[in-house]
Amino acid sequence: MITWLGFAWTVFAAATVAALSTTLRFMFPNVLFEPKTSFKIGSPDTYELGKVDTRWEDKYGVWIIRSPEGIYALSTVCTHLGCKPSWMDSEQKFKCPCHGSGFYKSGINFEGPAPRPLERFSISLADDGQILVDKSKKFQYEKGEWSNPLSLLAV
Amino acid sequence: MIEVFKEAVNQFSSPVAIFTTGILLLALFVALPALMTSPLVAGAIGLLTVAFFIFGYFDPHFGEMVARPDNIPIVGLIFIFGFFTWYAMRKAVLNDALIAAGKPPKEKEESEEKVMVFPYLIYIEFVVALLYAAGLVFWSLLIKAPLEDPANPALSPNPSKAPWYFLGLQEMLVYFDPWLAGVLFPTIIIVGLCAIPYIDNDPKTSGYYCFRQRRWGITAFLGGFWLLWILLILMGTFLRGPNWNFFGPFEEWNLHKVVPLVNVNLSEYFYLKWLGIGLPKNWFLRELPGFTGLAAYFWVIPTLLEKTVFKKLQERMGTARYHILILLALLMLALPIKMYLRWAFNLKYLVAIPEFFFNI
Ligand code: FES
Repeated sequence: MITWLGFAWTVFAAATVAALSTTLRFMFPNVLFEPKTSFKIGSPDTYELGKVDTRWEDKYGVWIIRSPEGIYALSTVCTHLGCKPSWMDSEQKFKCPCHGSGFYKSGINFEGPAPRPLERFSISLADDGQILVDKSKKFQYEKGEWSNPLSLLAV
Repeated sequence: MIEVFKEAVNQFSSPVAIFTTGILLLALFVALPALMTSPLVAGAIGLLTVAFFIFGYFDPHFGEMVARPDNIPIVGLIFIFGFFTWYAMRKAVLNDALIAAGKPPKEKEESEEKVMVFPYLIYIEFVVALLYAAGLVFWSLLIKAPLEDPANPALSPNPSKAPWYFLGLQEMLVYFDPWLAGVLFPTIIIVGLCAIPYIDNDPKTSGYYCFRQRRWGITAFLGGFWLLWILLILMGTFLRGPNWNFFGPFEEWNLHKVVPLVNVNLSEYFYLKWLGIGLPKNWFLRELPGFTGLAAYFWVIPTLLEKTVFKKLQERMGTARYHILILLALLMLALPIKMYLRWAFNLKYLVAIPEFFFNI
């Protein structure tokens, strides 16, 4: 015997399940945007000494800096909450627009709430003489990882 | 003349000056509620605020900020919240006077009848909800939604502002680690608000406005709401500019304004400045001063208060409820305390363990 109430509950349950299943569908996007984690960025001579190179910040999310010691690749993700700071040449610092954290050219945090320095990525010379950056390997200063030879490309 | 006034306002506008003014105003308000809510004083405050906004509207920078589609709700909020705070306090003050004269509160005179929530209250709420919905439709027809470009992880607009109702949280993020300001505090705010009816389950004073019998509760509420939420939203909306720097209301947003914000951790103050020895290698030793301070704050203070000033309160409330109340109160106070420590001493974190991503 089908009662009206039973019928109503069945319809309600079916509608709920259907709605939930479409929600679940959103967990599996059709396209996943995952940029390559390792890439070549030209020969070391194209990077000027003492300059912060912002060429690759949009495409790969790295700043390339050539210091007297060598070339390193800094992550463009603020260590506070993940906004993208901008390089301010006249002030010689990275400044985050979200809560005002500031970082020196080296990546060390010195102002605002960011608790630790920007991360560096693995950087090395490929066989064809180009710089090879591998974002899957990162080096954190506070863990003493910047002494790792892969974090700095001596030139 | 106008320029001098604007310049003076800009000069005065710093987070610490504004927040302190807010505290003083609130203290005045709860210390002299009868005076502050009198039509003359309250009306003067209201008119001055309106005058300030009209005056500011003709300033190129402030005018743009005020008229921005994003910011219209905030300008409205000042006046709506201001009005309702005044309205409730005014009724409370009048009732206080009646009660002091030995008479029953006004609400008792109006009607002694008990009415049901359903349908009477629900009906009123339903009508109000309809009016609000209609109002929102008209609003959205009149003013275009301020949408921006599609999100792009490689580009953070400068300044990057949260939606207006989250600007208080964003302001908190300036002073706290993301885990605290973004996760722990919001959770505690919600849980703490839910806990209020269980902490204070005293039925006296229910059914009518009053202030004197509920002085601490109302003061805590006004402080939390006006200072720690609304004021932070206002600062975030009108006074935070590029690079999250602080700007006066009539100050052009200069992308290259340099404000030294070099912050120092407590461990560095303790070991480098006061003791003059280097930072210990071991993180626990290094952060010991911070841990000690926190233990004193969250453990010694409640225990001391329990033995002294709050003895009666503790007996009335029972241990569990007393401790929950004190803990919530201390957490709430921790926010302005940390803000003042930052403003006064550039203190960054009391406990900073980047090794574990743990900072307080
Ligand atoms: S995300 Fe950069 S300062 Fe908060």
